[in-house]
This record gives sequence, C-alpha cells and structure tokens, in this order.
Amino acid sequence: MPKTDVINGNKAAAVAVSLVEPDVIAAYPITPQSSIVEYLTQFVINNDIDSYMSEVESEHSAMSVLTGASLSGGRTFTATASQGLSLMYEPYFRASTLRLPVVMAVTNREMISPQTVWGGPQDSLSVRDAGWLQIYVEDNQEILDTIIQAYRIAEDKKVLLPINVCFDGFYLTHMTEKVEIPDKQDIDRFLPEYNPEHIILDSEKPMAVDPLTSGYLLMEYREKHLKAQQEALKLIEEVDSLYEGITGRSYGGLVENYKCDDADYVIVTMGSMTGACREAVDHKRNEGLKVGLLKIRALRPFPKQKVMEIISGKKAFGVVDRNVSFGWDTGIIYQEVKSALYDSKCYMPSVPFIGGLGGEDITIEHFEDAIVKIHEAYQNENNPQTVWLKN
Amino acid sequence: MREIRLHGRGGMGTVKAGEVLVYASVKGANYGNSIPFFGFERQGAPVTSFVRLDDKPIRPKNQVYHPNCLIVMDETIQKAVNIFEGIRDNTIMVMNTNKSLNELDIPEEITKVGILDATSLSLEFIGRPIPNTIMLGAFVRATNWVDLKYVCERAGQLWGEKNMAAAEKGYELCEVHEVGENDGK
Repeated sequence: MPKTDVINGNKAAAVAVSLVEPDVIAAYPITPQSSIVEYLTQFVINNDIDSYMSEVESEHSAMSVLTGASLSGGRTFTATASQGLSLMYEPYFRASTLRLPVVMAVTNREMISPQTVWGGPQDSLSVRDAGWLQIYVEDNQEILDTIIQAYRIAEDKKVLLPINVCFDGFYLTHMTEKVEIPDKQDIDRFLPEYNPEHIILDSEKPMAVDPLTSGYLLMEYREKHLKAQQEALKLIEEVDSLYEGITGRSYGGLVENYKCDDADYVIVTMGSMTGACREAVDHKRNEGLKVGLLKIRALRPFPKQKVMEIISGKKAFGVVDRNVSFGWDTGIIYQEVKSALYDSKCYMPSVPFIGGLGGEDITIEHFEDAIVKIHEAYQNENNPQTVWLKN
Repeated sequence: MREIRLHGRGGMGTVKAGEVLVYASVKGANYGNSIPFFGFERQGAPVTSFVRLDDKPIRPKNQVYHPNCLIVMDETIQKAVNIFEGIRDNTIMVMNTNKSLNELDIPEEITKVGILDATSLSLEFIGRPIPNTIMLGAFVRATNWVDLKYVCERAGQLWGEKNMAAAEKGYELCEVHEVGENDGK
C-alpha cells in the first residue's frame, strides 16, 4: 500500500530517488539543495538503499563521476543549484551530447550578483539549450512523481537524454506538506532495467567514445539529438499516463490546461507560483472575467503544439516569468510562448510580466493584477512593456 | 482556510513548530502546508514561519499575508517586527509571555488570546529555553484546530518524551481569554 508522509520538497526528491535506487549518486551540497544530499547519504549509510554514494569535492566532479558511471551502464542521480550548476557546465553539456540519461534535480536558485541564495529558475533556464530535457514542477508530490517519471523518459531508447527536474528553492525545497509515497514494487515494475547499447564502456566490446570528430559528422549528431528531443514530446505524455495507471496521479504531461477551454484570456505560469495563480484565476472568473491558466511543465522539449492549441484564438495572453532574458527586456518563457504562437498565424495582444526574482514572493494579488492587465491589453489593442510585479 | 503566522527567534524551533502543525492536520485527515520566511537565519535573529490548514488541498505555496492566528514564541520580538501586520478580524493570538492579559497591548482585530510563560515552563520541563512544544500545546488549547494527540505524537518522534509531555503541559496551562467585543470596551 502507498503510504502518506508529511515532508518538504527536498525530502520528496530524496524519497523518489530511494524508490528508484540508482547505481551511483554523486552530489555536492549547495543551498537550497543541501538536505537532498544529507537525506540520500543517510539512506545509503543506513543500508536503506543499495546505491553507491560518491562524496565528490565539486559539482564539476559530480557530473564527471556520473558521466563515467552512466557510460558503464549505471543508473545515476545528482542534484544542484545556481553556482553549482554553473561550475558543472562543461560536463553538463557533455552528458547530453554523449546521450547519457542522467537524472538531476535542480533546486532553482537565483544567480549572482548581487549575492543571493534564494529562489528563482535563472540557473537551469540559462542552460536550456545545452541539450538536456527540463521539467518544472509545482508542489512536493509532483517533485516525487516527476523524478520517478524522469528515469523512464530519459532511458527510453527513442530519447536517451539526460533530464532536469526543476523546482523552486525554498518555496518548495523548504515547504512541508502531505506527500503520498508509492510502493517500491510498483516503481520497480514501472521502470524497466537500463541496458545501454548506444554508448558503453565494456572491455569485452571496445567502443571509441567521444573521438575527435569532423563537422559533417557532428552535424549528424546534432540532427539526431534534436530529433530525440522531439521524440520526448510524445514520450513525456505517454509516461505520465502510464504513471497515472499505477498511482492515480497525472500532471497533463507537457503542460496543464486549467480552465482555458472556454477562456477569453490565458495567463501562463511555471513552477511553484502556479498554485497562487489558480486562486487568482478562480477569483477573476467569479467576477465574470473568463480567464484560464496554462502551466508549462516541459520546457525542453518545448511543447509548441500544445501551447498553440491552447492559446490561439484567445483574445490576449500574458506570461509570468520568475527570470529575465537579458537583451529581450522580458522573461524567457514569454519569448518561448510567443515563438510557439508564430505558426498559428493568429495574432493577439500579449503582456510580459517579471516577478519573484531572488526569492521575492508572487502573491495572489499580483496574479489578479496581471489578469486585469491582460484584459486591458485586449481592450486597448496594445502590447505593453514588461510589467514588473513588485511589492 | 486557516492561516497562521509564527513569530520567534532562531533557535526556538519556530519553523519546526509549523511543520508539526501540518503533520497534525494531515493525521487528522485534513491538509496543511508550512513555509518558513527565508531570511538571514542565525540564532537569536527574528524568524517567521507560515502555516495554512484546510479540509481540502491547499494550492498556494507562498507566504501568508492575512493570518487569522498568530503564534508568538517570544513577546520581545515586537521590538523588531510588527507582529500584527495584515491580521484579519477575529484573529486568535497565542503568546509566550510572563505578563498578565491587562498588561498586553492587543489590537481590536484580536478576539481571543492564549497566554502562558512558555520560556519558564520549557526550562522546567525540557531543561532548555526552547518553547516551541509548549506553545504548540497552547495553540491547540486556544484554537482546537488540530488534535493534541497528533501534536504530541510528532513532538515525540522529533524530540522525545519530554517534549511530548511539554506539549501536554502547554495545553493544560494555557490561559485562554475572550477579548475585544466580548470584554465590554
């Protein structure tokens, strides 16, 4: 029987990893991720899980250890945030271009400067084009469920790509709530063995790994890598449905459509801010404004088709970004959503919002104001400059 | 939905107290979430934690701005923090103080007050000035929003038998006063 516990987001991540029991875990502690490393170390020394824990001296080493472990056919896990992810950048890129299905939690933390340790997904969003899959989640249950799903997605022969499960530092890592923990036997059945053939360090079957390669061949690699990302679009939805079959919980796969079907206006969110925005959508609907919420779960691959289906034909939309896109004067997700809509040949006014940087809160009132601004953009037929959600 | 704001100082177990309330709510077949305010945490520095309790799943994962309950682990925190900011009408306050009710300055939004000297009691029962389990017992007495047995159960799991007993003492010794509209002013 599944059991219920009352735990924070980091514990939910660690418990998910304990159900999967990877062969090798390598991680270096960093705020706000540290307790994931502490919980996992405790599980290993208590013999609760049969995983090898490598106590590395940096994030660069963590990803390098997992590169070797994954190349040897092992199932792997790490977690990091912010400056730790920056230090990992070189082996981070190689893990995806070697097509190694490493699973990594990112406890999203704002980037310096000025010095900060608080929440914001600028860290993982800044490496969105390094070839990894990235899923952003909303609450502690979704952290646990998505880390388990991540292995099935990453290790599928059609995909074979590493994956980030990203969740907001402090707002989720340090937030305590009820989480249902599935049975280990169910997870064992859900996750087939990982048996790599595409790239493997095996002295019986020697293989040249990562040789110096000319551009014409490297282009082949990249073309296949892009296709694998597109294959993941289908797979993320399939795995979410399969998972629903064993746990009764599903998250909509790539995106979640909350009351968009009959809506005139759509507000787009990602991550832990989504719950407060659901409240704001309900309040505004009670006042007669037909608004819906589109939650982005998969950022890589980007669910272009889904975004088009849900937003095209509406009167106006807005995107709330907890990050910035330097050079665009907006957030990153706003640009992604706008790009997705170009092929729909359907123009509508839109509003970019930025809020919640460096751990600042995005309140229900902020979302209500944002919905009003989207409505006004339609009435005034204009595209306002970025609206900063400040207190 | 019930929204609680806890005020304390680093080292008093303020954040953990919020987590215990969520545990007790979930054990009672309800829901809860608790989120610490993310500041520069050091022993002795002001600490704030937010708790939501409800009989249905709780969607907001952010801070509480309009509480209808305050748990004040240290009365002197008022010199550093406006503990009454944003409170709703009919707020319940549970305060650790060695003062009597008429020595306290209580705004009109607060209609029920639970007071006790949790610092002295924690020194007596736990041997250390950590008032959180005493205050949790007092909270249950003043609000009846969660079941004392689940608070004691979690306190016992986290900190042992002395703290289970401390929560029970807090429940027993908390003085609850109806104030505001009912006090004739």
